[in-house]
Amino acid sequence: MSLYMHMLAIDIWFILEKVVLIASIIGLSFFVAMYTTFAERKVAAWLQDRRGPNRAGPFGIFQPLADGGKLFFKEEIIPMTSNRFLFILGPALAMITALITSTVIPWGASYVDGTTQIALQVADVDMGILIVFGIVSVGVYGIMIGGWSSNNKFSLLAAIRGASQMVSYELPMGLSLIAVLLMTGSLKMSEIVSHQIQHGWHILYQPLGFIIFFVCALAECNRTPFDLPEAETELNFGYHQEYSSMKLGFYLFAEYINMFISSAVMATLFFGGYDIPFVDESAWGLSPLLFSLMSFSVLMAKVLFFLFVFIWIRWTIPRFRYDQLMNLGWEKLIPLSLVNMLITAALTLWLNK
Amino acid sequence: MNITPYIFWFLSVMALFSALMMVTSRNPVYSVLWLISTFFAISGHYILLNAQFLAAVNIIVYAGAIMVLFLFVIMLMNLNRETEPQKNRWLKLIGALAGGCLLLVMVAALKDAELRSQQAMVGTGSIGLIKVLGKELFTRYVVPFEISSLLFLSAMVGAAVIGKKETPETLKS
Repeated sequence: MSLYMHMLAIDIWFILEKVVLIASIIGLSFFVAMYTTFAERKVAAWLQDRRGPNRAGPFGIFQPLADGGKLFFKEEIIPMTSNRFLFILGPALAMITALITSTVIPWGASYVDGTTQIALQVADVDMGILIVFGIVSVGVYGIMIGGWSSNNKFSLLAAIRGASQMVSYELPMGLSLIAVLLMTGSLKMSEIVSHQIQHGWHILYQPLGFIIFFVCALAECNRTPFDLPEAETELNFGYHQEYSSMKLGFYLFAEYINMFISSAVMATLFFGGYDIPFVDESAWGLSPLLFSLMSFSVLMAKVLFFLFVFIWIRWTIPRFRYDQLMNLGWEKLIPLSLVNMLITAALTLWLNK
Repeated sequence: MNITPYIFWFLSVMALFSALMMVTSRNPVYSVLWLISTFFAISGHYILLNAQFLAAVNIIVYAGAIMVLFLFVIMLMNLNRETEPQKNRWLKLIGALAGGCLLLVMVAALKDAELRSQQAMVGTGSIGLIKVLGKELFTRYVVPFEISSLLFLSAMVGAAVIGKKETPETLKS
């Protein structure tokens, strides 16, 4: 065995470091997603002047565990006329694509102690943000396969709605992102963050770009006001109508993980990532471990704020009609983001001359 | 010895197997899914050659956009195994013949090709990185690049015109 390892020239410590990092990020995603479901119900209760879940544990803090347990122990039904393999593949794909995007996000400042350097990022690759886009565009398949393989007309309709919505909103999302990339001149997530630490957050220069990106993120996550794939009144339950037990749980859970990851992406792209505003925290002389932990918690604070905004919007704004959704995407957001991109390009050229 | 050859063989097997399954699958939805798997394997090859941009764009454009449209069409047409038309025996024979001819041409073309000197650099080289690629595209190849983007624009306008709803006013004129 050791001979093999030697032959393959694998750096064991490198692999171990990445495995631990990946495992902790996945664990974190699950944990945050779990408690976002709880926060959703609590915030909804707060906005509607109710108490919300308060039976399981103090303040209902164990409610997500109870919900998860319920989903696990429910009877699992696979419809006879469905395509069995694809029926199982659908939720798995939705979950996998939701989790993969977390690889390129820098979760905190690197831990630098003498010669050892541990980046709090699974892969700091040259194409950085393009990976996020690649995976987001593949994320459509989870919904489409699930909806189609259920062999149910409502599921199929909802899946097609969801897919066309996601494909349409990827365009303005990418265009608004180009404006950010024009300013940083790099697609590397770590460089996008360090550029913001030096020159100020992108939200100051790209407010319109951020608003477009945020609206598109809402649509990509199928959140209200764009949750048309799950419009109960029109489509019974949506693309996961035939699903039960934990497969349904995977679909619902993937939505919350998507919310978490897209919050992290927005914080990284527009709100300086793990940067603390107005101060130069690297000059404080903190110990490396404390410094990394602090930067990580700063990013998490931003992420939690965005998650709150997601929930806040859900319980405030009613659902769009389908034609309104498409018109907003194609006739308003795309021209707006194009104009935003052109202005940014012209200004960048003018100022850097 | 490093891990690259193993990844290469894994990706090659995956690409070829998925491509074969794509052709032989009876169910068109399975065919689309196998084709997506092929695209992923090819993207893996691009990454091995350090052509990261190509890899990402291959996934975004082909796997993420074009195949979604394919899937759309196939799902809405509701093609099933039963509805697949039985092909003529002669048609099959001619198809095999044509495919064999193509194979022959490719073998003949590659037989004399100088492969040693054109061996790809694995994992090194910066030609596939975004900065280098962008500079090349916008300096040396700017004219072909702009012409092809014009072509895309015209295709887009054409699609928009075809897709436009015909109102009574436009029908009259």
